[in-house]
Amino acid sequence: MVTALEEAVAAVADPELRVLTIADLGILRGIEVAAGGRVTVTITPTYTGCPAMDVIRRDIVAAARAAGSAEVEVRTELSPPWTTDWISAAGRAKLAAAGIAPPTGRRAATVTLTLTMRCPLCGSPDTEELSRFGSTACKSLWRCRACREPFDAVKAH
Amino acid sequence: MSTDVLALGDDALIAAQRLAEWCSRGPDLEEDIALTNIALDQLGAARLLLGLAGSREQPARTEDELAFLRTDREFRNCLMVELPNGDFAVTMAKLLFLAAYQKPLYEELAAASSDDPELAAIAAKAVKESAYHLDHAALWTVRLGDGTEESHRRMQNAVDEIWPYTHELFESHPDWLSTVDEVLRESTLERPADGWRPTGGRDGVHTEHLSRLLAEMQVLHRAHPGVTW
Repeated sequence: MVTALEEAVAAVADPELRVLTIADLGILRGIEVAAGGRVTVTITPTYTGCPAMDVIRRDIVAAARAAGSAEVEVRTELSPPWTTDWISAAGRAKLAAAGIAPPTGRRAATVTLTLTMRCPLCGSPDTEELSRFGSTACKSLWRCRACREPFDAVKAH
Repeated sequence: MSTDVLALGDDALIAAQRLAEWCSRGPDLEEDIALTNIALDQLGAARLLLGLAGSREQPARTEDELAFLRTDREFRNCLMVELPNGDFAVTMAKLLFLAAYQKPLYEELAAASSDDPELAAIAAKAVKESAYHLDHAALWTVRLGDGTEESHRRMQNAVDEIWPYTHELFESHPDWLSTVDEVLRESTLERPADGWRPTGGRDGVHTEHLSRLLAEMQVLHRAHPGVTW
């Protein structure tokens, strides 16, 4: 059974990829409620220096309080390290719908493959990387040769 | 394997501060963003490493106390990271040598989780970021080294200038040398002859450049003790 608290915390939006919740992104590791009602939420960072983590911590506390929990603690756990493989299927669909190419799988095959980055706007595989670094730590900048539109892509990590 | 967590954290912190000096001064917009993103990764690793190092001291110190309230003689970073940015080629040579050092080091630490699980967790996080930095620096080294006559000259000068400082990174490390050698070969650059070996950073004996860097990095915290955003 999903409680109102779990629903509220899972629905916290990522401040840099607003279309994703922290559950979609795969950085929410767990929610525990102790006997006295004290809530402990465990999250994991995407990148070590991700500046969004402080905002996410604050938003989690606010969401849990709004759901009726007075005492809330947010713990950060590094191990095992986050990977873009943890972005849910729903999350990938939301990214693509927002014009951001979802990350290509990096652990699926034993042979290293370079998968084509598809344009999230027109679907063409004829794309080129403009910059390996984008507007946030987790994105790179691409351009579609077919529709000529630039787009962000979430880096495989 | 005993590891000086403070030295690892200081390498990352001072590298982050130097790279951040490129903010708004990059050769183009994309590279400006790239350099500051790498600075942010280094700062993230530095915060975790300094937090861990400080928690193991008696009495414990916070990451901010370690970053902002130590003098130059108390820093344990290698000399290479405190050297000025120079031109873009010097910055890329420094990044290439640093990333080729940090990546295998973090890999070893991540694999040794039974020795030190806390450090291993940080290393496992940082290793993926280091691999990306190494790719980026290698791409630029090849582009500049195997580019025009002028870019080749400046990239070779940069490698020659920084090379002596790489001896401080390892006593000897075949992986580092093979990684760097491969990039230099593809870049049509020559590996400098080994000669002068400046050291001292790990013992707190630094160049004058560190004092100036710390003055800028620490001034706000020292003028307003305990200040927060």
